[in-house]
Amino acid sequence: MTSATEQSATDIRTPARTGNRTTILYALCAIVALVGLGDSIYLTVEHLSGRSAQCLITTGCSKVLSSSYASPGGIPLATIGAFAYFTVFSLSTLAAFGYRQLGRALAIVVGLMFLTTLVLLYLQAFVIGEFCDYCLLSALLIFILTIITVALRFLRAPSHS
Amino acid sequence: MKRYLPFAIIAIVLLSAVVFATLLLRAPRKPASSQPSIATGSGKPAGPQPGADPPRSRGKENAPVTIEEFGDLQCPPCAALHPELQRLEKEYGDRLRVIFRHFPLTQMHPDALEAAQAAEAAGEQGKFWEMHDWMYLEQQRWATSGNARQVFLQQAQNMGLNVEKFRQDMNSAEVKQRIIQDYNRGISLGVLGTPTLFINGRQVTSEQMTDEGLHALINSSLAAKGQ
Repeated sequence: MTSATEQSATDIRTPARTGNRTTILYALCAIVALVGLGDSIYLTVEHLSGRSAQCLITTGCSKVLSSSYASPGGIPLATIGAFAYFTVFSLSTLAAFGYRQLGRALAIVVGLMFLTTLVLLYLQAFVIGEFCDYCLLSALLIFILTIITVALRFLRAPSHS
Repeated sequence: MKRYLPFAIIAIVLLSAVVFATLLLRAPRKPASSQPSIATGSGKPAGPQPGADPPRSRGKENAPVTIEEFGDLQCPPCAALHPELQRLEKEYGDRLRVIFRHFPLTQMHPDALEAAQAAEAAGEQGKFWEMHDWMYLEQQRWATSGNARQVFLQQAQNMGLNVEKFRQDMNSAEVKQRIIQDYNRGISLGVLGTPTLFINGRQVTSEQMTDEGLHALINSSLAAKGQ
């Protein structure tokens, strides 16, 4: 016998026999989001402390991170990124544990992050004229997340047919 | 039990993120670069170093409030802070003195040391602040010119300086020594990056580095001196 709460929780979960590969991909998504979360937190702290983050590979961190595009409306972009990565991590973790219908929400968030990344890459390349290591790392992570999300759609598709 | 596991993981990650951010904010960071061109190689000096004497300063020497800025002329956040400091100077007038100390982050900003030398060389002809202000104002232009030195020489000419003397002073031992002295003072005070401000000897925290924060600190310093 299950309580009402347990029942509703059970209802929104998919059966335990969902593919292992899907679970692995969601777990991978969560790990990638975790790396992005660390990156965004570091940039947020650098932004809040008003210091120039040090680039390790490129030379434009200081310029990119202090540009007006780094804090639209006064909100540090890195902070928004941290929230986005945390959302992706949470959704992926839940999906990996069986809450598969959250995959759609995950795809929407990752899609928005992907579009934002394209805009940010354009700004770095053509407006600011410099690149920042941490922003490039974040772009790479979002590309990976996008690929995983697309792969998940393909994996899910056959089960619906 | 398994039902609660993902929520527990999310909660742990959230908690860890908060702890990570707090530790990052509080952790002492090593100096922003190895500073090969100007480092004296002896690590952190025992006590606060005096810096270049006399310092490059604006305002009355006996002003009740002194802002000491450790800046890098090629650092964009320093350039962004510059108009704010100028507004404060205008607003507080004789009650505020501003000192500029060189803290060039040479590893991050390849022209920072040369910019400091150029500003000091202009200072040798009495135009340090004109050059300093111009450098922050035109930072983007000279920093991306590919030949900052040439831009500085051109600017020296535009400012009516003796260009030959300016060129010599840029490479003089005295000018380099002043920059090293300022840099060493910064290190001795625990400066890790730029811009770093001290108001009457007290370091301004990152949270206070806003228009309201700086006003509050200056006003409280004035109040402490009964003004």
